Amino acid sequence: MISEDEVARVAHLARLSLSAEETKKLAAQLSSVLGAFEHVSKVKTDGVEPLVTPTDIKPFWREDKAENWESAETAMKNAPEAVGNLFKVPPVVG
Amino acid sequence: MNVLTSSLRQLSDAIRKKDLSSVEVTERFMGQIEKWNPKINAYITLNEKALDQAKAVDARLAKGENVGPLAGVPVAIKDMLCTKGLRTTAASKILHNFVPPYSATVVERLEGAGAINLGKTNLDEFAMGSSTETSAFGLSRNPWNIDYVPGGSSGGSAAAVAGGMAAAAIGTDTGGSIRQPAGFCSLVGVKPTYGRVSRYGIVAFASSLDQAGPMTRTVEDSALIMESICGRDPRDSTTSAEAVPAWSKQINKSLKGIKVGLPKEYFSSQLGTDTRAAVERAIEAVKRAGAETVEISLPLTEMAVPIYYLVCTSEASSNLARYDGVRFGHRADFSKKPAEDLAEFYCRTRGEGFGTEVKRRIILGTYALSSGYYDAYYKKAGQVRRLLRQQFLDAFKQCQLLMSPVTTSPAFKIGDRISDPLAMYLNDIYTTSANLVGIPGMSVPAGFSKDGLPIGVQLLASHFQEQHLFNAGSVIEETLALKELPHVLQ
Repeated sequence: MISEDEVARVAHLARLSLSAEETKKLAAQLSSVLGAFEHVSKVKTDGVEPLVTPTDIKPFWREDKAENWESAETAMKNAPEAVGNLFKVPPVVG
Repeated sequence: MNVLTSSLRQLSDAIRKKDLSSVEVTERFMGQIEKWNPKINAYITLNEKALDQAKAVDARLAKGENVGPLAGVPVAIKDMLCTKGLRTTAASKILHNFVPPYSATVVERLEGAGAINLGKTNLDEFAMGSSTETSAFGLSRNPWNIDYVPGGSSGGSAAAVAGGMAAAAIGTDTGGSIRQPAGFCSLVGVKPTYGRVSRYGIVAFASSLDQAGPMTRTVEDSALIMESICGRDPRDSTTSAEAVPAWSKQINKSLKGIKVGLPKEYFSSQLGTDTRAAVERAIEAVKRAGAETVEISLPLTEMAVPIYYLVCTSEASSNLARYDGVRFGHRADFSKKPAEDLAEFYCRTRGEGFGTEVKRRIILGTYALSSGYYDAYYKKAGQVRRLLRQQFLDAFKQCQLLMSPVTTSPAFKIGDRISDPLAMYLNDIYTTSANLVGIPGMSVPAGFSKDGLPIGVQLLASHFQEQHLFNAGSVIEETLALKELPHVLQ
C-alpha cells in the first residue's frame, strides 16, 4: 500500500509536480500494481547476482580521437532560452 | 503491381530494374497518407524531404550507381529515433519542439542502404504503453478496424504499414512494442537480440531492454532491414561484435531436425479461443515442414510482467531525468510566477511536460529505487531476472525455437483498458521475457479472429540465433498464405 504522502515524497525526489487529484489517483493505482507484483518477493534469490545487461557483451572503448561534429550553434538550437552559446535559465532564489 | 501492398523486396527490385521510379513509389505512398492519415493518425510528422531523397536515389540509379539493398523504398520511422533536422517528439509534450542535430545510427544506416524516410510515426508517449493511446499527439487507429487500437507502443509504425502508408517501418521494442502491434495489425515484427542494433540516437526508455527492429509485410523484408541496421556501432558500447549474417539469403524452409519448444505456461486458460486456434495452425505448419515439438516449462513466466515493470520503470525514472527544461524541450512559463528554487523550476516543467502514464512510471521507478525499497524491488527484480534468463538458457538446450501466442487475445477496443493500468500491463505477459533475457523474438501473422482482427504467433530463439526465426517465420507465412487486406486498402 502506498499512501498519498509517500507518492508526494517520491514525486519530489523525481522532481515532478502533481496535482492533489493526480497524487490521490496514483496512490491507489500504484498500490494495486505493487499488490499484484507481491509474489515476486516469494522467489528464493539468496546469493543470486542481479542481472543488468542481458547479453554477454564485452563493452569496448572507442579510439580516443577527435572528430568534427556539428557547430556549437547547432547544438544550442533546441535551447528554450540561450545567450550566445550559454543556456539561459530564469533567476531562482534557492 | 499494387505499390501499396507490395513487399519491400518487390519494390526495391522494381526500382532497381527501373520498372518503377523511387519518386513514383514515394508519391503513391504519400497519396495514401494524405487520404488515410487524418483518420488513422499513424504519423506525427511527415518528412518534407522524402521526395528529394527519392529523386536523389533515381538520379544515382540513372548513373548506374549501386544504391543499396533498400533502394528507393519509402519507410516510416517511429518517432523515438532521432532524425537530423526532422522533429522528434517521442509523442511527448516535453519534446514537442525538439529538432535533433543528428540522426540515430539506425536512421543513418537505413538511408545509407537507400531507404526513403517518409516520416515519423506515432507511439505511446516515450514508448510507455501497449495501445498508442498515451500519445500526446492523439491516438492511432487500427487499419483493420478503426474502432480498435493498433497496439503499442509502435502502433503508428504498425498502422502505417498495415494501412499502405509505408512499405515497412522501424519500431522499438522494450517489452513487446514491436511484436504486439505487428500481431494486432497482421505484420511481421522482429525484436533483435539485445546488442544487435545500436541504440545511439534512440530516445532512451529502459536501456537494458530497448532494441529497434523492423515491422514489415513479409519475413524476408524483416531480414533485409535487419541486415542493414544491425552490427557494432562505436557510438553504442553495448552493441555486439557478432557478425551480421545474410539472413535473407539463408532462409531455409526445411525445418528437419529443428525442435520447437511449446512453453506450457504460455498456453494457460486465459488464452482466447481464436488465438489458441491460430497458434495451433502455425504449430501444424512448422511440424509439416519437418520440425518436432516438445513441451517446455518456464516456471518463472508469471514473474516476467512484475520484474519487467520494476526494471523498466526504474531505468526510465533515471533516463527521463534529462528532461529538465534547461537545454532542450518544453520549459514551463515562469514569466508570471517565478520559481522559488531550482526544484520548483524542474517540478513545474516536468509536471506540465509529461503525460499521465509517464508520470505513473517515473513515480513507480523512483519508488523502486528509493532508499528502503531498493532491495525489495529493483534488486529483487534483477535477481529474478537472472533466474528467468537461466530458465530460457536451459530451455534452449532442448530446442532451437520457442513458439507461443503474442498476446492472449487480438486487438482491444479503443478506450477499453486505458483507465486500468494493471490490465494494460498484463497485456505484455508473453512478450516481456525476451527483453528481460535479451533473446530475439518475432511476431508472424497467423490468422484472424471471428471478428476479422489479426492474430500473431511469437517465435523466440536463443541469443544471436535470428536465422531460426526467419526460417520458421517463412514456413508459417508460406503455409498459411494469408491474403486478406484491411478495408483501407480494398
